[in-house]
Amino acid sequence: MSHAAVKHDYHLVNPSPWPTLASLALFITAVGLVIFMKGLVGDPLSLISSYFANEGAAISAMGQGSDAVQAALQTNADYNNLDAANKAALLDKYAGSKQWFWLLGKSQFLVLGLGLLSICTIAGMWWADVVKEAHAGDHTPVVGIGLRYGMILFILSEVMFFVAWFWMFFEQSIWNEARTLSTIPEVAEAWKSWPPAGVETVDAWHLPLMNTLILLLSGTTVTWAHHALQEGNRQATAIGLALTIALGALFTGIQVNEYGHILNHHAFGFGGENVGIYGSSFFMATGFHGAHVFIGTIFLIVCLVRLLLGHFTPKQHFGFEAAAWYWHFVDVVWLFLFTFIYVTFG
Amino acid sequence: MAHAAHTDNDVHSDRPSIFNPWRWLNSTNHKDIGTMYLIFAIVAGLVGGGMSGLMRWELMEPGIQVFNGGMWGDAHNYNVVITMHGLIMIFFMVMPALIGGFGNWFVPIMIGAPDMAFPRMNNISFWLMPASLALGVLSTFVPGTGSGNGFGGSWVLYPPLSTSGHPGPAMDLLILSLHIAGISSILGSINFITTILNMRAPGMTMFKMPLFVWAIFYTVWLLVLSLPVLAGALTMLLTDRNFGTGFFDPAQGGDPVMFQHLFWFFGHPEVYILILPGFGIVSQIISTFSKKPVFGYLGMVFAMGMIGFVGFIVWAHHMFTVGMDVNLKAYFVAATMVIAVPTGIKIFSWIATMWGGSIRFSVPMMWAIGFIFVFTIGGVTGVALANSSFDVIVHDTYYVVAHFHYTMSLGAVFTIFAGFYYWLPKMSGYKYNSFLGTVHFWLTFIGVNTVFFPQHFLGLQGMPRRYVDYAEVFAYFNKISTIGYVITAVGVLVFLLMLLECFIMKRKAGNNPWGDGADTLEWTLSSPPPFHQFSEPPVFEDKGGH
Repeated sequence: MSHAAVKHDYHLVNPSPWPTLASLALFITAVGLVIFMKGLVGDPLSLISSYFANEGAAISAMGQGSDAVQAALQTNADYNNLDAANKAALLDKYAGSKQWFWLLGKSQFLVLGLGLLSICTIAGMWWADVVKEAHAGDHTPVVGIGLRYGMILFILSEVMFFVAWFWMFFEQSIWNEARTLSTIPEVAEAWKSWPPAGVETVDAWHLPLMNTLILLLSGTTVTWAHHALQEGNRQATAIGLALTIALGALFTGIQVNEYGHILNHHAFGFGGENVGIYGSSFFMATGFHGAHVFIGTIFLIVCLVRLLLGHFTPKQHFGFEAAAWYWHFVDVVWLFLFTFIYVTFG
Repeated sequence: MAHAAHTDNDVHSDRPSIFNPWRWLNSTNHKDIGTMYLIFAIVAGLVGGGMSGLMRWELMEPGIQVFNGGMWGDAHNYNVVITMHGLIMIFFMVMPALIGGFGNWFVPIMIGAPDMAFPRMNNISFWLMPASLALGVLSTFVPGTGSGNGFGGSWVLYPPLSTSGHPGPAMDLLILSLHIAGISSILGSINFITTILNMRAPGMTMFKMPLFVWAIFYTVWLLVLSLPVLAGALTMLLTDRNFGTGFFDPAQGGDPVMFQHLFWFFGHPEVYILILPGFGIVSQIISTFSKKPVFGYLGMVFAMGMIGFVGFIVWAHHMFTVGMDVNLKAYFVAATMVIAVPTGIKIFSWIATMWGGSIRFSVPMMWAIGFIFVFTIGGVTGVALANSSFDVIVHDTYYVVAHFHYTMSLGAVFTIFAGFYYWLPKMSGYKYNSFLGTVHFWLTFIGVNTVFFPQHFLGLQGMPRRYVDYAEVFAYFNKISTIGYVITAVGVLVFLLMLLECFIMKRKAGNNPWGDGADTLEWTLSSPPPFHQFSEPPVFEDKGGH
C-alpha cells in the first residue's frame, strides 16, 4: 500500500471495479436465465393467451418466437373454430409482428449469453489482478494463511450444497416404502420395491467403477505434481498436471457417454410419471458433480498455463494448492455418489 | 485496554470525498462497505415497514378495504405484500444491518485488524444485495399466478404454491434473487471467519475477543453451513418449474414435504443468524452502561455456541402439522426446549451484569433492556410453541406471528437500534440528540407491543395467518394492533428526524462518548475512525473486562 507508516503484513487491497461489475453481470445473468426459461413478457401476451390452456404455455410459445406462436395457434380448437377470414387475419397479425417476436425469441439467449460472458470476463480480470498482487509481494505468509482459510470454507459450503442433493436421494431410497401410502395408485404401486418399478439402475461395476478408478488415479497424479512442484521440478509438475487434466476430461467424456446410454435405453428419464424423482435426483446429483469436475478441470488447466508461465515457485504456489484441494473435494464427492447412488442403492 | 499511539494514522488526505461515486462503487474499505450496508438496510427497512403498513391498514377492520381490486390490487397482492415483507425484512434489512453493517464496521476494529481479510470480496458481498433486491422487486411486477403479478406464497416458498401454483416468471426471479442473496452471505461469512481466525492483534486470543465478535463468528458459521442447503432446495424448485424434474411433484414420486425439510434445515439456523449478532451487541451495551465486565463471559460464549449447534437439529418443529411420526415429534419437542437453557443463561447473565452495576439509562441501554424484555416474552411463547400438542392447535395462527415478531421484529430490531445508537457517534463522529432517541425508543416500545401483544389473543382465538379478511369476532384486537402500527410509524419518523438533526448539528463526539465502561478497541480510535486504522497493530492487554 501507498501508506507510509504501515507496520503489518495484511493486504489492504486497492479499490477495484470488479465486484460491482460482477454484481451487475450476475443480475443480467439472472434476468437472462428467466427470459431463457419463460420468454419475455409483454403486451403480446394478452393477445395470444386466450388461445392457450394456461398463461404458462402462452409465455413459453411466445418466447420461442412468432413461428411457434403461429404453429401453436393452428393446433388450438378455438382457433380452428374461427372462419377462414378470421384465421387469416390472426395469422397475419403474428406475421406482422414477426420482427418483434423474432427479437423475443432470440433475446432468450442473448441476455443470458451476455450475462455469462460478462461473468467470465470479469472473473478473469479479477483473478488476473490477484496474480499481479501475488507477484507484487502482497501475499505475505499471514495473507497466505487467510487465502487457505478462504478456500477451505468455500469447499465446506460446496459440501453443504451437496448435502441437499444427497438428502433428497436418501429420502426416496431409504424410505421408498413411505410412497406406497401415496393417494396416487400408480405411485403407490411403483414404489413397493427398490429400485422403483420402471427404473433400471446403472450397473455400478461397469462405467461407474471405471470413473471411480480414473478419479482416484487423478488424485495421485495431482499429488505427484504437487510434490514435484515443491521440489522445484517443473517438468514433472507439468506432466503430473497434464495427466490430471487428461483424466478429468476422460471422466467427463465417460459421464456424458453414460448419460447418453441411460437416456437412449430409457432406463430412466430426467423426470417422468410415478418414478420421475429417481431420475431427477440421479441426474441433478451426478450432474452437479460433473459440473464441478468440469470447473475443477478448468482450474487445473489455468494452473498448468500459470506453471508454464513461471508463476509458481517451490515455496509459493497457492493457486495450485487451491486447485488440488478443489480436485480432491470433487474426488470425495464422487466416492460418496459411487458408494450410495451406484452401489448401495444401485 | 491499552493500545499503541494512533497519532499518525488519522490521515484525512487519503479519505476520498463522500461525493466521489468510485469511493463507494469500488470500495475495499470495511467501514465504507459497512456504511453502505447500513444505508441499504435502512432503505429496505422503510420499504418492508411500509408493507406492514399496508397489511395493518387492510386488517384494521373486517372486510376488504385496501386490496379490493383498486390501486393496491386484490387479495393476491395482499399475499404478495406478505411474502415480500418477510423476505425484505429478513434478507435485506436485519441481515445487512447486523452482519454486513455492524459486523463489517466493528469486527475488524474490535480485534485490532486494519480491515477484513478479503477487502475486495467484501465489496461484492455488498453489491450483490442491491442486485438481489432488484430481482425481488422486479418479480412483483411480472406475472406470478395466471391472473396476478408477483409471488404470493409467503417467504417459506412451499411447493406446490411455488411450483405449479405460480407458473409465471415472478417466482423464477424470486428464486434467483434468493440465490444471489445467498452467494452474498456465503462470501461475507467466509470473509468474517477468515478475518477473526487470522487477523487478531497480538494478545487478542479467541477467549479475549469481545462478545460481539464471538456472536458474529457463530452467526457466519451458521450461514456457511445452512445457506448452501437452501441453495440446493431453491435449485430443485427451479428445475421442477422449468426443466421437468419431479422433486416436489407427488405424481412423479416426489415429496413436497422434502422441500419443507430442506427449507427449515436452513430456515431454523436462519432465525439464530438474525438474533445472535444482536446478542453480541446487547452484551457490549449492557457491560458498557453498567460499567462492569459481562457476567460469565465464558458461559456467554458457549451459550451462543450451543444455541448455534442445537439450532441445526430442531428444524422440523416448524412442520409438526405435516403428519409427522409421534416419536419424531417427541424428539423435536425435546430438542427445541433444550434451546431455552443456553438462552436462559444469556438472559440471566445480562441481568447479573446489571446487578450491582453503575447503570446509566442512556439511549442504547434503554434499547438493550427493552430487548431483554421483549425477547423474553418471545422466548416464553417459543417454549410454549415447542410443544407439538400446543403447536398443532395454534399452527399458522397469529399466535405464531406474535411469537416470531417478538423475537425478530421486536428482538432483533431492538438490537439493531441499540447498536445504531451505541455506535452512531463512533461511525459518524457526531453526537445525536438523546431526547429524540429516547422519544424514538418509547414510541417504538409502546407501538410494537401494542401491535403484537394482542396478536397472541387473536391466535388463541383461532385467527389464521396470511388472510386478507377475517371474521367479525377478531375485529377488536385487530383494531388495537393497527393503532400500535401508527404509533410505531411515528417512532420511525422520529428516528429519521434524529438522524437528520445529528448530521445537521455536527456535535463532535470525541473518541469515547460513553466513558469508562466502553473498553473495546473501537473507543480508542478517533470518531469517525481513520480511513485505515491500526496501521501498527495495537498491543492488546487484558484488564479482565471484555
